[in-house]
Amino acid sequence: MRAVAAFTSGLVFGLGLLLAGMTDPARVQGFLDVFGSWDPTLAFVMVGAICTGLLPFAWANRRDTSLLGMSMELPSGRKPDSRLVAGAAIFGIGWGLAGLCPGPAVVNLAVFRFETWLFVIAMLAGMLLHARTVRRASRN
Amino acid sequence: MSMDWPFSPWTTLAGGMLIGLSAALTAVLLGRIAGISGIVGNLLQPATWRRSGEWHWRLAFVLGLLAAPLVWQIFGPLPAMALPSDPLVIISAGLLVGYGTRLGSGCTSGHGVCGLARLSPRSLVAVLTFMATGMLTVSVMRHVPGWLE
Repeated sequence: MRAVAAFTSGLVFGLGLLLAGMTDPARVQGFLDVFGSWDPTLAFVMVGAICTGLLPFAWANRRDTSLLGMSMELPSGRKPDSRLVAGAAIFGIGWGLAGLCPGPAVVNLAVFRFETWLFVIAMLAGMLLHARTVRRASRN
Repeated sequence: MSMDWPFSPWTTLAGGMLIGLSAALTAVLLGRIAGISGIVGNLLQPATWRRSGEWHWRLAFVLGLLAAPLVWQIFGPLPAMALPSDPLVIISAGLLVGYGTRLGSGCTSGHGVCGLARLSPRSLVAVLTFMATGMLTVSVMRHVPGWLE
């Protein structure tokens, strides 16, 4: 049941990305190109997603277990720190360079284009690199 | 293959609502954040493999993402997709996205959708930061002479 729920969520997420146009890097770069021929329509993705999520998240935030009996593991930290800002800044540079963030990159794998596979392999390498540096730091 | 898809604020809004619905389902049914960098990043961690409850749902979620283009094609052709062609640009971008999202505990979905819908100040700071550096990067690439492209 949990796997079915997770699969369905992933499927709906992917269809949403496709419908919204987030899977086209050229469109994402057009949204980020504020000093050029700026295409602001992608802002509607966030508007739609946040408005839809507000009430369910408010409800979920008050619960101890999920509807399928799993523990609620929604982040509790609220204060920004330097790691958060540094990570977000680094991510933004990569996002601008290729026009891809992790969700659309994974969805685009199914299209079997060399460039997307190369991007995802590099992204996984970046994630592993981070995991390594964290492990090393915690050992010292 | 490059079909002109009728993207409009309405289809974009509808797409965003589907993304919000997915994030809501994940939170309400599974008690987890539908953040793709977190889901994929945790699948790479040996600590996750030892707890079946932690990797089963993440793997199912990723399979759902991968199934989306296949389901979409039942109803029509996939929208256009144009990536940069320089392998060096793609590799650097992928490395930065992978490392940055893990260091910053989230990406466009975890912070941009879930975090903002949860009214988290951390996520607001993250979103403003990655939007700013993303815009800066594209602006430098496209409008500073002698740079990429």
